[in-house]
Amino acid sequence: MSALLEVRGLSVRRGQLLALRDLSLAVEAGRVVAVIGANGAGKSTLLEAVAGLLRPERGGVVLDGTEVTALPAHRRLRLGIALVPEGRRLFPSLSVRENLLTGQYRRRPGPWDLPAVYALFPWMADRAAQRASALSGGEQQAVALGRALLANPRVLLLDELSLGLAPAVVATVYRTLPQVVAQGTGVLLVEQDVSLALRRADEVHCLLEGRVELSGSPADLSARQIETAYFGIRRESA
Amino acid sequence: MIWVDAVLQGVLVGGLYALFACGLSLMFGVMRIVNLAHGDFAVLAAFLAYSLISASGVNLLYAALLTVPVFAGFGYLVQRGLLNRAISSGPLPPLLATFGLSVVIQNSLLQGYTADSRALDPGRIGTASLRLSGQISLSYLELLILGLAVLVLGGLELYLRRNRTGRMLRAAADDRDAASLVGGDPRHLYGVATAIAFGTLALAGLLFAARSSVAPSSGPSELLFGFEAVVIGGLGSLWGTLLGGIALGIAQNVAGQADPAYTLLAGHLLFLLVLILRPEGLLPRRSVTA
Ligand SMILES: Nc1ncnc2c1ncn2[C@@H]1O[C@H](COP(=O)(O)OP(=O)(O)OP(=O)(O)O)[C@@H](O)[C@H]1O
Ligand SMILES: [Mg+2]
Repeated sequence: MSALLEVRGLSVRRGQLLALRDLSLAVEAGRVVAVIGANGAGKSTLLEAVAGLLRPERGGVVLDGTEVTALPAHRRLRLGIALVPEGRRLFPSLSVRENLLTGQYRRRPGPWDLPAVYALFPWMADRAAQRASALSGGEQQAVALGRALLANPRVLLLDELSLGLAPAVVATVYRTLPQVVAQGTGVLLVEQDVSLALRRADEVHCLLEGRVELSGSPADLSARQIETAYFGIRRESA
Repeated sequence: MIWVDAVLQGVLVGGLYALFACGLSLMFGVMRIVNLAHGDFAVLAAFLAYSLISASGVNLLYAALLTVPVFAGFGYLVQRGLLNRAISSGPLPPLLATFGLSVVIQNSLLQGYTADSRALDPGRIGTASLRLSGQISLSYLELLILGLAVLVLGGLELYLRRNRTGRMLRAAADDRDAASLVGGDPRHLYGVATAIAFGTLALAGLLFAARSSVAPSSGPSELLFGFEAVVIGGLGSLWGTLLGGIALGIAQNVAGQADPAYTLLAGHLLFLLVLILRPEGLLPRRSVTA
């Protein structure tokens, strides 16, 4: 049986730099896969290539058996790949509600609609008419997540939901993950915050300079192993 | 009383300036494209309608009902076939492309129609007017043009706020990649923006020719009025553009009342004054309350 999302031998160039080298991983429906790594390890590059914003130099992306490597981002969304990008990337001149509605532009049929998102984040309905740029960082992150959910994705890509947010705020945003996964959506998330990723994920890949250094379930990985892979200590001493 | 009349005439022509300028503002707002051929396309629309009317004998209304949608479709094709390619390689290529189109259109019109100016006959409405007092009368045609301008600008505003594709145009204006991440094809959305711009510029071109006349070389000066209306009103706000067009019309007509030689100069001076004193325009984009 093939996985919901498969990344096969992906290499992506950014300028001169080969930011991702021959990377493979898979995400099953209803599972959370986390990719951790230091600054510049290539985490965002991976998600942008999966979402279709970047073209790989080699390798491919397969969604439920369908090769999508040649498709641009808007076509991949329609097939069910949604990205919550790093830095949230809300539409600053649109209201909160309008930002959410853009998520429905090419939605697939599914459980997520405006009332469902408002039920997930009750404060949002009260502030629907406010400009998105007037929200706090955590609130913006929640809107970005809501916008992606409204497309009813089969695979949800999350790029550093925790970036720049207070731990309590991060916890509220991440608390929504089980509800998302319960619908059968596969989640591929990227974090610099290792302990957060280990707590939330079923499977973790540690990325170092564009390569997977270490993979496994959080329970099987020791702190020492992860530290080594994260900072690349072994490599430097070798 | 003649001053009141000058102000009223300015308001009337200002609506037409705004109708002409809204596409300019839309294309710049959504794609950061300055369409240097905007005025020439409007003139082209007027000349094509002129030929259509002389060849088939239909009236101006039917010519407009045909020309406007054809130009909207033409705009979509120009965007997808030419301008989308040009913007992918930086801000300069689209500027050069539209400049090239401007030259090509002007020369083709000169070839096909000579340098003479032409007017479109609006029919009976062109001669009737509403007499308010001894010295003040408002032409029904010009009232109709102002009404059309307000209707089109209001409809466009509503489209951008309430329609799902209209909303995506604003989203793509904010962040093109983020728009594609929610399923919007930027090339298509850009095509829609240019289609709207071409539809409105065609209507404005026909109305220019109906209230006075146009010549193959009129495009650049119309373009200048359009720019001035947009900048005076404040970029990115349609009601601002209407206000800008009206302010421009009033300045031109009041100065022209004093001395016809000052008509255009007064418009340019107002434009410069706004640039210096209030560079964000009279009515800049306000916060959303959707
Ligand atoms: N637009 C770009 N042009 C050229 N190089 C880039 C670009 N964006 C990122 N890079 C480089 O690609 C590499 C991977 O960057 P990427 O953003 O994927 O890392 P990341 O793991 O997401 O880091 P962070 O944790 O800081 O978000 C880095 O070395 C970065 O400098
Ligand atoms: Mg990143």
